[in-house]
Amino acid sequence: MTLQISGLTKRYDDEAGRGRAALDRIDLEIHEHEAVALVGTSGCGKTTLLRIISGIEHATGGRLTLRGEAVTGARRDVGVVFQEPRLMPWLTARENIRLALLDLAPSAQAAAIDDLLRDMGLTDFADARPRELSGGMAQRVAIARALARKPQVLLLDEPFSALDNFTRLKLQDHLDVLWQKSRFTLILVTHDVDEAVALSDRIIVMRGQPGRVYLEVAVDLQRPRKRTTPEFQAIKEEVTVALDLS
Amino acid sequence: MTAIERAFGASAGRMGSRRVRHMQCRGLVVPALLLVAWQGLCAWGIFTPDVMPSPIAVAADLSRLWTKGQLLGDIAITAWRVALGFLLGTAVATVLGAVVGYSRRVGDYLDPTVQALKAVPSLAWVPLFILWFGIFEVSKVVLIAVGVFFPVYLNLVSGIRSTDRKLVEVGHVNGLGRIDLVRRILAPAALPSYITGLRAGLALGWMFVIAAELMGASKGLGFLMLDGQMTGRPATIVAALLLFAVAGKISDALLVAVGRRVLVGQDDFASAQAKAAR
Repeated sequence: MTLQISGLTKRYDDEAGRGRAALDRIDLEIHEHEAVALVGTSGCGKTTLLRIISGIEHATGGRLTLRGEAVTGARRDVGVVFQEPRLMPWLTARENIRLALLDLAPSAQAAAIDDLLRDMGLTDFADARPRELSGGMAQRVAIARALARKPQVLLLDEPFSALDNFTRLKLQDHLDVLWQKSRFTLILVTHDVDEAVALSDRIIVMRGQPGRVYLEVAVDLQRPRKRTTPEFQAIKEEVTVALDLS
Repeated sequence: MTAIERAFGASAGRMGSRRVRHMQCRGLVVPALLLVAWQGLCAWGIFTPDVMPSPIAVAADLSRLWTKGQLLGDIAITAWRVALGFLLGTAVATVLGAVVGYSRRVGDYLDPTVQALKAVPSLAWVPLFILWFGIFEVSKVVLIAVGVFFPVYLNLVSGIRSTDRKLVEVGHVNGLGRIDLVRRILAPAALPSYITGLRAGLALGWMFVIAAELMGASKGLGFLMLDGQMTGRPATIVAALLLFAVAGKISDALLVAVGRRVLVGQDDFASAQAKAAR
């Protein structure tokens, strides 16, 4: 078991002591090499849950273990890709990726960065600064940075939501290829049902405020997935109904 | 690259540099107009020589001081005092500002005291500094350093504290330690604000050097002004004022040039304008 969550709750208290619950008794198990999508409408706590798994935020209650150890902060074996690329504007693409590799010797850093740039199709943009990159390229640099430490778990928080449809589809395919190649455990937060069905083995539907796990849907389709097949559409329909969007 | 591309590239480069030179010349338009207006007002007798001497009279006085061999020494000693005060004030402000900006807890202890000291008028320090450091160079340099300290400190603290939380989170999830977080994220993010602080601090350094030289000096531009007042030579006072303005502008331009070199990858309105002008 890679990730085990039991009875996890999260409350935010304002200065006046008034509290707002974001997550309520979440129970979840995610296995090694599994690709899981957390799907839900805005405000259901899926990003909060991802931030807690990444160690950026702490739960108010419950238990969260990653590969048998309680999560108390950021970990070397967990990569995170945020909704925005979050690249340092003053660093080139290469230097932004290097941020994740500072504990390696310079020669090892250079070799790893070259590999990642090649994998992401960014070799020609290695020395470009973020303002010289398109949104899709910038997000690819962010993914390369998250993969640089060869994480066991990759967390993605709506990574393609700000991109145009064409770039989004291209990057989803690219992520699928990377996942099949490296088989890291993938946890993807998205509000795009299509994306969830295309990329995950299991979809966890979250609902309500505070957010709860409402439904789990297995996605037992062969990769790469064709989005027009009846099976794909049936799963999409099931998730959409669960989200109460139809 | 083909010969045609090379030729076009070179021609574009020449056009670009011509355009930049053009832009730099724009800054001279207002001073030139003011100079013409000033000379006109003097020539028409609206400004009398005992109150406001003409630019020609001021130029003549500058030439007299130059020939006497006094001017270069006065400029040099004033610039030296400003430089020393600037370095001292900047060094202390950088260390303190970095610590207070980074650590909220240290800031809770130190910042209220610094803010209270900021409210003390600069001239109020003079008697104490004379008492502590004497009438000579040290008290002057320390007074200038006090002037430089506050804008550098405030801008650095504000620059560090207003660093985008999302970038700091990237540092945390990538396992950056404290030193790397400061070196690779907080310091570069705070740099634009820090440079603004340095420029404001340098400007205050030039202001404070007058106060420092008025409190007792036998050389320097402040002394030159005082000397002009004592000997009834308004041209000398105006000449010293102009020299302050020119020296201040040159030193600021140097800081701007350094800032331009160290501020890379900026994606703000000013850099977009500069890029469009090139």
